[in-house]
Amino acid sequence: MAIETDVAIVGAGPIGLFAVFELGLLDLKAELVDILDRPGGQCTELYPEKPIYDIPGLPIVTGQELTDRLGEQIKPFHAGFHFGQMASALERLPDGRWKLSTDAGTEIVAPVVVIAAGAGSFVPKRPPIAGIDAYEGKSVHYAVRRMEAFRDKDIVIAGGGDSALDWTINLAPLARSLTLVHHRDGFRAAQHSVNRMRELAGEGRIAFHVASVKALHGGDGQLEAVTLAGADRKEWRHPCDAFLPFFGLTIKLGPIAEFGLNLHEDLIPVDTARFESATPGIFAIGDINTYPGKLKLILCGFHEAALMAQAAFHTCRPNEKLRFQYTTSSSSLHRKLGVA
Amino acid sequence: MKIFAIDRNGKEHVLEGRNDWSVMEILRDAGLPVAAECGGACACATCHIYVDGDWYTKLAPPSSAEIDMLDMALAVEPNSRLSCQITCRPELDGIRVTIAPE
Repeated sequence: MAIETDVAIVGAGPIGLFAVFELGLLDLKAELVDILDRPGGQCTELYPEKPIYDIPGLPIVTGQELTDRLGEQIKPFHAGFHFGQMASALERLPDGRWKLSTDAGTEIVAPVVVIAAGAGSFVPKRPPIAGIDAYEGKSVHYAVRRMEAFRDKDIVIAGGGDSALDWTINLAPLARSLTLVHHRDGFRAAQHSVNRMRELAGEGRIAFHVASVKALHGGDGQLEAVTLAGADRKEWRHPCDAFLPFFGLTIKLGPIAEFGLNLHEDLIPVDTARFESATPGIFAIGDINTYPGKLKLILCGFHEAALMAQAAFHTCRPNEKLRFQYTTSSSSLHRKLGVA
Repeated sequence: MKIFAIDRNGKEHVLEGRNDWSVMEILRDAGLPVAAECGGACACATCHIYVDGDWYTKLAPPSSAEIDMLDMALAVEPNSRLSCQITCRPELDGIRVTIAPE
């Protein structure tokens, strides 16, 4: 069953979150889709602990704090969140509304869609190994969905962060053999995980090599071996039937490119009065849009969200008069914010 | 100062470094394909380069934050660096760097 609402927002980063606020003041309800499993986008995925200094009124705030505060600010508006899902298709319905679908099967029907997707979707980094795509989803995996799928396998894990270490520790008891490879004998992961991995290696239950995967061997998507290269550049063949590279996430534009929005260098051109794309009803705010003078700053995205909301109101409520009000003085806004 | 930058197709670009700018900013300003997703915060490893020859040892050594972040880079080599962490200065005139694969 499709969810019907006023506005479907692609992206729950700071700009998508603040859009909920500006829309909410105008009594417009929103549903948000984000591929990450939590709000904040780049702020929480890339730099949760790094201070931001150019948010008006907040001399210093971290990416995580800004996200938390935005979450608090939009609480009165009860937006719907659909995390861990990629917005995969956008379709115009006969009644003029839009249907936004996700790869998890969620469908949101709304007269307005707001693309607040930053630079696109966070997806796993793919090692630049020739032919790796032929194995992806069969014997090369960037995530572990079901641990049982790896029982009695000969597994190679690559990487030095928490995911690489956690899965080394968790899959070791199931695997027939498990080999962790990393380019140095040092790790970006939690110390207790590193200690546990070294214990397992000391007991001979896993192997750890300072090495990297240079080539994949097999057929029909099934790995039979990888070529490893050590720090001394010496290469050897290591038999295995599963390879799990964990190098974190990177940003790819993804299916938005197929939404028919007349992209210009992966950005959505908008007019600066409405922040609407060339397709009526589809708006774009934040880093994903472009216009003369565009600056990729969070504070600019906030401004764009405010103007977008005014324009979106007329699309959602064509027969109603928009009443412009200030949060300082309007008792009706105070009621919406729950402070009256 | 000059920066010799090799792109992913092996083509060499001669760039003018600006004092105090990071090498990442010079590469990006020249339109070369460094994603630099985090904008220079040493938080994403998408501005990964290889520093050619003796130039690697002429650089200030990487901070522990950069060494940790390189764990998230692909195809790391002994001469890998994050270009957002290298600041242009006159002594680096002529430095050669290669943009790492993505």
